[in-house]
Amino acid sequence: MNKTPILEIKELKACINQNEILKNLNLKVHKGEIHAIMGPNGSGKSTFSKVLAGHPAYNVTAGQILFKGLNILDLDPEDRSHLGIFLAFQYPIEIPGVSNEDFLRLAYNAKQKAKNEPEVDPLQFLIIINEKLKLVDMSSTFLSRNVNEGFSGGEKKRNEILQMILLDSDLSILDETDSGLDIDALKIISNGINTFMNENKAIILITHYQRLLDYIKPDFVHVMQNGKIIKTGSADLAQELELKGYEWLK
Amino acid sequence: MINQSNKTLNTNITKLVNQPYKYGFSTAIERDIIEKGLNPDIIRLISQKKQEPAFMLTFRLKAYQKWIQMSSPKWAQLKFSEINYQDIIYYSAPKIKKKLNSLDEVDAELLQTFEKLGISLSEQKRLTNVAVDAVFDSVSIGTTFKEELAEEGIIFCSMSEAVLEYPELVEKYLGTVVPIGDNYYSALNSAVFTDGSFCYIPKNVICPLDLSTYFRINDQQSGQFERTLIIADENSTVSYLEGCTAPQYDNNQLHAAVVELIAFEDAYIKYSTVQNWYAGNEIGEGGIYNFVTKRGLCAGNNSKISWTQVETGSSITWKYPSCLLVGDNSKGEFYSVALTNNYQQADTGTKMIHVGKKSRSRIVSKGISAGQSKNTYRGLVNITTKAVGARNYSQCDSLLIGNLSNANTFPIISVQNSTSKVEHEASTSKIGEEQIFYFLQRGISIEKAIELMISGFCREVFTELPLEFAAEADRLLSLKLEGSVG
Repeated sequence: MNKTPILEIKELKACINQNEILKNLNLKVHKGEIHAIMGPNGSGKSTFSKVLAGHPAYNVTAGQILFKGLNILDLDPEDRSHLGIFLAFQYPIEIPGVSNEDFLRLAYNAKQKAKNEPEVDPLQFLIIINEKLKLVDMSSTFLSRNVNEGFSGGEKKRNEILQMILLDSDLSILDETDSGLDIDALKIISNGINTFMNENKAIILITHYQRLLDYIKPDFVHVMQNGKIIKTGSADLAQELELKGYEWLK
Repeated sequence: MINQSNKTLNTNITKLVNQPYKYGFSTAIERDIIEKGLNPDIIRLISQKKQEPAFMLTFRLKAYQKWIQMSSPKWAQLKFSEINYQDIIYYSAPKIKKKLNSLDEVDAELLQTFEKLGISLSEQKRLTNVAVDAVFDSVSIGTTFKEELAEEGIIFCSMSEAVLEYPELVEKYLGTVVPIGDNYYSALNSAVFTDGSFCYIPKNVICPLDLSTYFRINDQQSGQFERTLIIADENSTVSYLEGCTAPQYDNNQLHAAVVELIAFEDAYIKYSTVQNWYAGNEIGEGGIYNFVTKRGLCAGNNSKISWTQVETGSSITWKYPSCLLVGDNSKGEFYSVALTNNYQQADTGTKMIHVGKKSRSRIVSKGISAGQSKNTYRGLVNITTKAVGARNYSQCDSLLIGNLSNANTFPIISVQNSTSKVEHEASTSKIGEEQIFYFLQRGISIEKAIELMISGFCREVFTELPLEFAAEADRLLSLKLEGSVG
């Protein structure tokens, strides 16, 4: 394919507290593709997702991240978000005192503003959000609760997927969205993701287990170890990993 | 690199928090001031300047005698160097050229000062639903809507005027809620107070306007000793608002106020403060030392006193608006937001003393600490043996911004009967890097993020503020914390 990839990562190195976590990472993602990144604990998967989103705790020491052909390393997290990068957090944080509805509306309107499109008022927003709620099987009572406060593990993850759908992001990185979910919640979330996905979007799934990939078919599976991608294959690679474990690759 | 990331967060927040103080200007005006220092002659001079009746001088001198035998309290979580009381000017007033017939004759310079502060005193531009008493250093400049209020029998004037015009009311009630020897600062205030507001709401009258006093310190070396007395007679209702600002000087200035409220049977007093004294600069130089004694007496059955405060200014705040719930079924409330930043220190809270049967009290305290500031809630709920069936609910929440600020909570609860019910809830939360990153990742700016979290945190208190003030408080916190928010 000759198209510009939506995401191109070249020889990326990043550290936190002077510890180098990402060591020469390379990755290309095109529109319409789902990539799964698998790997043992501590291999740098979550760091990768944070670096992509621009978390200030991580320091990029070498390499490039090109998003839609644009080097985004100097962009603030909110600008990256406005460009279409979304990160579904592994541990979504609780925000006391702020209702989910206000939070979601603010995020939606920030995006509208960045696109030079009109912001919506609370009533218009309710119509929009109620449509999206159905996609992740959530009731509207959920809007009046504070962001992630007192949410069960499954509700927190559904809330992340809801936000992804609402913000209609071009590149979504889902960091262990499947962890801590029971089988019903996993089905609901997978359905949401599959409905959302189309040829103009790209998704990177970070996961430990093959389980999620039974519901969402990846185009590529990468194995990450010690801060770089050591093997890339098709969906079959995930099944092989499930059988043989990560040790097999060493 | 965790240090670096903390730095990033702290700089971001610091940028937001360190909005310049808008009210830091001073007014060049001819003043009538007396020499520095405190002794019986100075007190006689103040009393003489104010042409007070003899009982006031006796009151002041008695307070002075108490004060010199007392020492300043050391129990608060506050650090500051000893105040030199002989280095303070105790009376400073703008020179008045002639007797004023109307507020429009007030010195243009003074009117402009208050205009700049957003308080218009002139007939044309004054607020339509709030009566204002404007106090500049030691004296009241003028009071709006006086005549209109008088038609209802409501007295709203400066304390100086009340001493002259209504001496019998002042003599009867002054010092009854906060006795002159109550504490070090109240004794000092009782000796040297210069002005403040006086309100009397007669029986069965619901005050049609919010009454408000705006305190302005202007002089660099003078202290401000405000004295306010509000009396709500049987079955009356009044809502009172207080606002304060001061210029930006690099020395510390003393503001030691005493506020007394008395609510008779079925009366209701709602007292709201938005305190925005100059807080000192970002390295902790200058700012007002705010030592305030505020106390309300629910004297009659079914009376109610409600304190709401938004404390954002001052280098030091030492303040515990309290309620003495003497009447049966009386009710006391305390709603507080205290915000500290840089090197500000606040030690604030309330006391609810239950004496009356089935008396009830409610405390909602929200402390926000940013920078390297220190924010302490100190409260006492005392349910005496007589207060059968009394109830108290307290909630103390602290919010930390960044990693260098400090929050303490010291609730003291004493229950001396078995029919009462006391509930206490407390929480501490933090606006940390991860929360802000969550907002940023969703495309929401740091200003909006902090605004949303702060206003969510303060919501229960802000809904208690009168409408005019709620907007003001929101704006104030926005200014102090959130950058430019519309």
